[in-house]
Amino acid sequence: MEKFGFAISKGRQIDYESNDRSIAEYIFSREPSFRLCIECGGCTATCTTGNFTPFSLRELHILIKRGENEKVRNKIKNCMLCGKCILVCPRGVNTRNIVVLARQAFQESTDYAI
Amino acid sequence: MNHEGKKRIWSDYQKEIADDHFFYVRSCIRQSFFPGSEQFFLNFMRNILGKDVYENPAHTTCTGIGYHSDIVPSATIMTVIARHFALMKESGYKNIAISCVTSFGLYTEILETWKHFPEELEKTREYLYKATGREFDIPENVAHTSDIIYKFRDEIADKAKILLVNKKTGEPLKIVEHIGCHYAKMFPKSGVGGAEFPNVLSGMAEAWGGIVVDYPERRHCCGFGFRQYLVQANRGYSVSNTAKKFLSMEPYKPDMVLTNCPGCTMFMDKWQYTIHEMEGKSFGENGESIPVLTYEELAGLVLGYNPWDLGLQYHMVQSEPLLKKLGIAFEKSDKYKTKDGRQMSIPKNLINA
Amino acid sequence: MRGEVVVIGGGTAGMEAAGQLAKTGFKVTLLEKEEVAGGHLNNWYHLFPDRRNGDEVIKYLNEHIDNDNITIFKGNKIDSYRRVNEKFIIKTNTGIEITADAIIVATGFDLFKSERKEEYGYGIYDDVITSADLEMKFRSGDLKMNNGEIPGRIGFVHCVGSRDEKVGNFYCSKLCCVTAVKQAIEIRERLPDSKVFCFYMDMRMGGALYEELYMEAQEKYGVNFIRGKVSEVGESFTNTLIVKVEDTLAGRPLKIELDMLVLMAGMEISEGSIDAGEVMGLETGVNRFFKSRDNHYGSNISNIDGVFYAGTCTAPMNITETISHARAAVSDVMNYLNNLDN
Repeated sequence: MEKFGFAISKGRQIDYESNDRSIAEYIFSREPSFRLCIECGGCTATCTTGNFTPFSLRELHILIKRGENEKVRNKIKNCMLCGKCILVCPRGVNTRNIVVLARQAFQESTDYAI
Repeated sequence: MNHEGKKRIWSDYQKEIADDHFFYVRSCIRQSFFPGSEQFFLNFMRNILGKDVYENPAHTTCTGIGYHSDIVPSATIMTVIARHFALMKESGYKNIAISCVTSFGLYTEILETWKHFPEELEKTREYLYKATGREFDIPENVAHTSDIIYKFRDEIADKAKILLVNKKTGEPLKIVEHIGCHYAKMFPKSGVGGAEFPNVLSGMAEAWGGIVVDYPERRHCCGFGFRQYLVQANRGYSVSNTAKKFLSMEPYKPDMVLTNCPGCTMFMDKWQYTIHEMEGKSFGENGESIPVLTYEELAGLVLGYNPWDLGLQYHMVQSEPLLKKLGIAFEKSDKYKTKDGRQMSIPKNLINA
Repeated sequence: MRGEVVVIGGGTAGMEAAGQLAKTGFKVTLLEKEEVAGGHLNNWYHLFPDRRNGDEVIKYLNEHIDNDNITIFKGNKIDSYRRVNEKFIIKTNTGIEITADAIIVATGFDLFKSERKEEYGYGIYDDVITSADLEMKFRSGDLKMNNGEIPGRIGFVHCVGSRDEKVGNFYCSKLCCVTAVKQAIEIRERLPDSKVFCFYMDMRMGGALYEELYMEAQEKYGVNFIRGKVSEVGESFTNTLIVKVEDTLAGRPLKIELDMLVLMAGMEISEGSIDAGEVMGLETGVNRFFKSRDNHYGSNISNIDGVFYAGTCTAPMNITETISHARAAVSDVMNYLNNLDN
């Protein structure tokens, strides 16, 4: 085969059907307030970790909901569990518990063990 | 799918296409890679329909490739186009027939620019006069040659030697139509049928007995673009876009792809080879690849021309499976012979050969 | 104070205005171009925010116009109009001539014709329907797809024909977001195994109890809200709908396969309004709705003395607001006639 010098990329579209939403379902069933999140970003703005590292809690919420688990798996460890996020949320989402449950879910899952 | 809904949209985007007395401007890429196409167009229009299609020897490239690669600036290309209009004026023609879709997009874009910014038009008149001493008029009718074949599709159907029907099964051929982005996406009113459900190629396919396949990535660009593929490393972007289209059309098992843009024809044809080399994947049935034809080549087949006279052997994906389905007789040994019977060297690595 | 008033349009606003006028003692002629009064309300099922039955409001309005002071002409629209001193003389298309001291124009709205958004494939792909089509499905109880199957995945596209430069409607139609939320809940109730997605640019929940309905849709019914405008809809090999939308909050394009897509069609000034406006010389604003004389304290007053507006012919509004607007029009009529007397 020739060396072409370029390759075919799979694209960056999120394919909703083929993504695995088991982590999201795990969290939804244990923390129903997660459903109320509108991704306003209030939690992220105040986040201790987010202020100094590329950690966006809002983005992680979305990625979990879409089933982009690989992108969440390592990042979720960075949360310091300080709880500032819960103070801001206008919808009453227990954002801190979402991080705790996400870590639990990844730990328990054989596909994603951290 | 409700076909009536599409018909209603087509009727919203009807376009004035001239009838005769065309000033023909050729395509750089099509002349080189699909030589039979332009020859067919001229032969059909002049000898079969008896139309007046004029070519001016002083005509040059529109420099669209340069413009879209940021090499030719806007003022220059406006002057080049204006020079073509000046040649039209000098030869007494008011209708322009454009062979390349990028060219067509450019002419449309420049005419629109001049309409909204008349000072640009004045500047161009000045530049052209200073550079060449020529003056120009705005053409009355701007048509792409696929518009013209679309206009005369019924005449072609009347004279058809074969229809687009699978001889073995009796079913109409399933045709994927792919229209160049610059045809209607910029100015939907400049295309027959608009931008969402363009009709120029599907009208031809259906007039000649085929049916058109509507697949999810139908509107997606083939990835040609000029700007990025000049750099080798960026061609991954182009081939990924074409791969996306082929993956989307694969379940429909199309018999062929019909295109009207030189870049699209080239990419849809040649990338099938590249994808096969890189990933071992073919998108047609039985491990074959899907033949990609220009509308002139298809019209030529319908009118009974010899496939080798139309230049089908110069495509990467060979059209034999399609010719067999259509019941067209061809002589394999004549494929790479000159017109006077001398044998030329036979290319290696052909697909579907 | 006595007087004769003509109300043009027998929808929610027209019926309410006629009813209030009649109760006060005015003689009212109500013109309705269809054979049935009630306008769009006839085609709705349950109304937001509390999801009460729309038929109850129709019943209220019908009882309201059941008054000896009101004469209704169905199948009639205004054909010609002239003014003689302070009297209006109106002729309808069937030749009825009416004299009046004041006119209320309550000619309402039309829904945006979703075929104009070609990329969504309304009228081309089998299971792309509008919100109005869906209300009819709720009324008939038949929520099946075109091929007779039950849909598993349903999507709602917000802002179809509203906030859209391409179709010439820059304004927001105000009610579509809350309607989408309501309809999403109604689908989840009837099809408990379904997955519902709303594709929005903004969630405009600007009304009493709207935000609470939105929260209920998320928390209790698990409706998925995805922020992004749908760019195109295509049909797959298996006849499902392939929807491409930008998932703006994830920052990436999203491709999702659905069984049914509901387009939230916006509100435009009705053709009946345009016809009546041409006959009478009524001014329209940039958004093509009728122009009120003052945006704050004159929203019922037109450019013609003695001609007043009620309802959605002036701007998108919900049923509560329409009824209030109609009552305000009556108040303006009474002031006007009082001034004439003096």
